[in-house]
Amino acid sequence: MTTVTSAAAATTAERDPAPAVRLTGVGKRFGDGPPVLDGVDLEIAHGELVCLIGASGCGKSTLLSLLAGLEPATTGDVVAEPAALMFQESALLPWLTASRNVELALKLRGVPREERRTRAAELLHLVRLGPPPGALRSPAGRREARRGDSGAADKRAHELSGGMRQRVALARALAQDRDLLLMDEPFAALDAITRDLLHDELERIWRATGRTIVFVTHNVREAVRLGQRVLLLSSRPGRVVHEWVVGDAGTTDPVALTGEITARLREEISRHAH
Amino acid sequence: MPTDARTWFTSGLSTEDKDRIADAVAHEPPADTGTDVTAGLDALQTPAGAIPGAMAVAWRRVWPPLLAVAVVLVIWQAVVWSGVQPIWNLPGPREVAQAVGRAAQDGSLWEALTTSLSRGVLGFLAAVAIGTPLGIVVARVKWVRVAFGPIITGLQVLPSVAWVPAAIIWFGLSNGTVYFVVLMGAVPSVINGIVAGVDQVPPLLRSVGRVLGAGRLAMVTEIVLPAALPGYLAGLKQGWAFSWRSLMAAEIIAVGGSIGFGLGQFLDQGRQLADMALVFTAILLILAVGIAIELVVFAPVERAVLRRRGLRQDA
Repeated sequence: MTTVTSAAAATTAERDPAPAVRLTGVGKRFGDGPPVLDGVDLEIAHGELVCLIGASGCGKSTLLSLLAGLEPATTGDVVAEPAALMFQESALLPWLTASRNVELALKLRGVPREERRTRAAELLHLVRLGPPPGALRSPAGRREARRGDSGAADKRAHELSGGMRQRVALARALAQDRDLLLMDEPFAALDAITRDLLHDELERIWRATGRTIVFVTHNVREAVRLGQRVLLLSSRPGRVVHEWVVGDAGTTDPVALTGEITARLREEISRHAH
Repeated sequence: MPTDARTWFTSGLSTEDKDRIADAVAHEPPADTGTDVTAGLDALQTPAGAIPGAMAVAWRRVWPPLLAVAVVLVIWQAVVWSGVQPIWNLPGPREVAQAVGRAAQDGSLWEALTTSLSRGVLGFLAAVAIGTPLGIVVARVKWVRVAFGPIITGLQVLPSVAWVPAAIIWFGLSNGTVYFVVLMGAVPSVINGIVAGVDQVPPLLRSVGRVLGAGRLAMVTEIVLPAALPGYLAGLKQGWAFSWRSLMAAEIIAVGGSIGFGLGQFLDQGRQLADMALVFTAILLILAVGIAIELVVFAPVERAVLRRRGLRQDA
């Protein structure tokens, strides 16, 4: 287990000439309210999977909005690759099938009509919701696909389970073809079995696609399970107060690390008791 | 993991990255264990309900309204037999059925029905064509809404029969009068329907549109309008109801000239002849058209839209 101080993190950062994300002294307040974020310094390299944890109200979601360019920062500099964003709710458009939801992302990106179906099928296959795209080229393959569970592509959100919806949402986010993928507690509403499986799926997809992922969660175990780095945000105002590097399996004891992060998180929360 | 998908994902990356990814993919766990567990979980969590047969559903939906009609007929007949009104003032179901038969035979029933129905449908379609773009503008442009919203709601509340005298003076006893009154009745409902639909679009769906990179136009056509469809349909339904009512009001008041012979005129004729069976025939026909349009047009469309979105469970 390695604990990196901010100074050490800064040195690592200097080595990366063009990170996927660089926040320098970023602050955000809404109207005349108290600052939600204050003095956030953060750097994320291409291809990294970074987990942000913090208690409720620490501005995690606000931070993602800044990264996604949905909100401007009040102070400081935000440099981020164009990002795709996934929400806690799948936010699938209820009138479209799973496949059409993915195709819409491609359409809004300007992908020509003929390509959209094939690419949507590829993406749904990637999240294990459809047959391999090649199978759809032959009539026999299409028949086969329709018989199996792979009919998910033609189902609407209300006909899918929560885990399947989130996988469709993931496919849709991947369809945006952006290097940076922001995930706002995407598995928080799922049951534990589904969540464990989706952790495996996300890791596999992350390795397969080489995306940079910023994953926000309030679940320490989830953060340790997924992240290469775990960043702790303080609450009111939100600021990166601590950072852990999760080493390879074997060198890091995830249980001990989870304990340590949980202790820090609790400490951070109890500061607000008075 | 299909090869073509992988090359597509990695097309923008450097060689080093590709090597790294290829390395990672090579260390992928055997695909089928994950697939099996995932597929098993998907199968367990996907709602699987037995779909009842179409005939059974139709039967279950048909007999309660038929029973209700029978009850109404019995009560009607009982009131007639009680003698609160002389039979020439309050005809029973049998007398009215005979009057319907006579009107069908001499053709006046069909003339009135087709005249009114074609006016009602045309007027309603015109109201939709005018109200829909206006509704989109009112819903999307803030100052237009603040300025005109109360007036439109006021117009919706105003009984459009109030326009009949003015319309007769402007357009005479012509179709112009009829259509003017119908439009004044239906357009505000269509506008308010679309505004209500747009207001109910969950903010999350707009965020999705923004995240997916929808511009102003795509936001309206791909996200807001489809999301507003249930509210819009409710507005259309109300718009039709107002069209039909306004039409009847206009037809009953405006008789003669080039205005033609619709159900309203049919009813007025019964009044002038003091033939209550004829008046009842007209009322029943007006009612029947309302019910038929609801059953044939609006109910199926609404059911289909709501079921597609999982807002309605029944088959």
